[in-house]
Amino acid sequence: MSDQTPKEPGVTGTDAPEESSAFVRAVEERGAANVGLAGAGLTPTSRSKGHQTAASKALASPWFALAVAVVALALPYINSQAYTLRIATDALIFIMLAVGLNIVVGYCGLLDLGYAAFFAIGAYTAGFLATAKGMPMWATIPFVILAAVAGGIIIGGPTLRLRSDYLAIVTLGFGEIIRITANNLDVTGGPNGLFGIPDFGEFGLRADVAIYWTTAVVVILAVIASSRLGRGRLGRAWRFVREDEDAAEAMGIHTYKVKLAAYITGAIFGGLAGVLFAVHQTAISPPSFNFLWSALILMAVVLGGMGSTPGVVVGALVISLLPELLRGAENWRYFIFGVLLIIVMIFRPQGIWPYTPTEQAVKKSLFGRFKGGGSGNTAGTTTEEVAR
Amino acid sequence: MSAVVLDVKGLSVAFGGVQAVDGLTFQVREGEVLSVIGPNGAGKTSAFNCITGFYKPQSGQVAFKGDDITGGRPANIAAKGIARTFQNLRLFGELTVLDNVRAGTHVRLRQNAFDAILRTPRYRRSEQLATDESNKWLDFVGIKSDRTAQVRNLPYGEQRRVEIARALAREPQMLLLDEPAAGLNHNEKEELLALLRRISELGIAVVLIEHDMGLVMEVSDRIVVLSYGKEIADGTPAEIRANPSDWVTQFMEGLPDGPVHFHYPAVPLAGDLLEASLEPGDA
Repeated sequence: MSDQTPKEPGVTGTDAPEESSAFVRAVEERGAANVGLAGAGLTPTSRSKGHQTAASKALASPWFALAVAVVALALPYINSQAYTLRIATDALIFIMLAVGLNIVVGYCGLLDLGYAAFFAIGAYTAGFLATAKGMPMWATIPFVILAAVAGGIIIGGPTLRLRSDYLAIVTLGFGEIIRITANNLDVTGGPNGLFGIPDFGEFGLRADVAIYWTTAVVVILAVIASSRLGRGRLGRAWRFVREDEDAAEAMGIHTYKVKLAAYITGAIFGGLAGVLFAVHQTAISPPSFNFLWSALILMAVVLGGMGSTPGVVVGALVISLLPELLRGAENWRYFIFGVLLIIVMIFRPQGIWPYTPTEQAVKKSLFGRFKGGGSGNTAGTTTEEVAR
Repeated sequence: MSAVVLDVKGLSVAFGGVQAVDGLTFQVREGEVLSVIGPNGAGKTSAFNCITGFYKPQSGQVAFKGDDITGGRPANIAAKGIARTFQNLRLFGELTVLDNVRAGTHVRLRQNAFDAILRTPRYRRSEQLATDESNKWLDFVGIKSDRTAQVRNLPYGEQRRVEIARALAREPQMLLLDEPAAGLNHNEKEELLALLRRISELGIAVVLIEHDMGLVMEVSDRIVVLSYGKEIADGTPAEIRANPSDWVTQFMEGLPDGPVHFHYPAVPLAGDLLEASLEPGDA
């Protein structure tokens, strides 16, 4: 027994069985690879660029994104009813939350079930400073960012060293802790919350139009920022960590720092969305930040397509507007809402508008110019597809 | 004799009661190709993982270009100039071929999150650098497939080479390859041999774990033989061939005609053979 062959434990695992011949080993390894290849074309997430229709190209173009932004900004001219602006503002805030969570869950693959905590931190920080300290709303923003970063470090610092699902459980707890703390502290107004929260200013407009436009501008900038962040050095590192943490680490990527960066960035987005929410509602109370919020934001990310900015925007619009559109169904509307979500996930498990890891030649992009230097084939690219 | 790049002294690591690596000592010199061979379970990959920081060695020292890197974080060790591949492919499957290789350029890019958001000239310069470098290394390893495709859609042999390109894009002084020839056919092995020579010509030290003795004998400047975590031989291919340890003999004779039994001189019956392969300790 003493000469037991030591097995190499851990990382690499599946050595070919010791006694198999080189031929068997080769057949096994090649076989697996070939099966993977043959099956690859059948999986719904693999699309070759050759099959891109004109419509999907148009949708992926930056001009389409620009058109959507213009429509969003022009909404008060199209329909300025108080009800329309109210649900539109809600939807915009929800988009901001979804693109923020998308950085954490979609780009970096960290499951966060307590994202509403950062939303609450932002809303309460801004609300407290504006009501109790009488600060103008815009002046609270640096404090909100600081509070969100601090929250991100406190919760992310210890937990991001762990792998897998511990993070989900801890974030779930953290979300509840923040809500219950807000419920019990005096400075947060206890169960009554804070009220009489001022807005950013009315700029000579109707109050709700002013709030809508402020929100729209902030959210559009946030969507652009999150999309661009996903494409640079840091964004790539997030995706590397999501795909394979060990391989990323072996390339010199400090995975802990990268994950913390994703978490903090997500926290800042959530905190700023909280400010917009506080302004929009003028009153906030603990039940506004319950677990349902975290779940719905995650739902928007998954439904839209994890890691895909346009997908997440669509997902957020669906999640926030569908219950409103179903208002006619009265008591049935949340039932129908749930059934529709299940149907979408059955028929499009990868999301409504999934992330497509394609690259686009620079000459096709709005910015930059192709400078060559690569090889002769289609690989002379710099920015990836704008819509991802 | 050229300078020592990697100096491993008395490296030991154990898992439970199993001494995976036991007092391993060897050196790698600038620009040389060193093969680490030994039966499965000899501790080759464990030794790699200790050197690159994925395992913390219980004792011993690893020095890279004179700096002690024992037990350092993998990312910091990689940043010092050691790149590696994995025994099983560890590519970023969902991402494009180019993006995979861009991972290697990560530590060299000078841009921050604000550059990315604002698309500053610095951002565009560094993205261009990442792309150019990635294309350069993909050309170097000879990838002809569409580089904008998801890497998991590439043929297996090309995926292996993309992994090497990714490691090379790190611009390492030393490259650790864990069984690069596994699963490759004859032609692909020939290409790998040529590629290893070209890498060596760049002055990069290559440390190779490999079971294909033909390839090992052909490409290596020096061979280290491991068994049960212990180093049992260290010499040039000619020396190893002239004075082989028991299992090296069997290995060279046994491949590729049939099952190889490193520890059992004779396993006569098929039934015994099956049992022996299941429980190697109970001969």
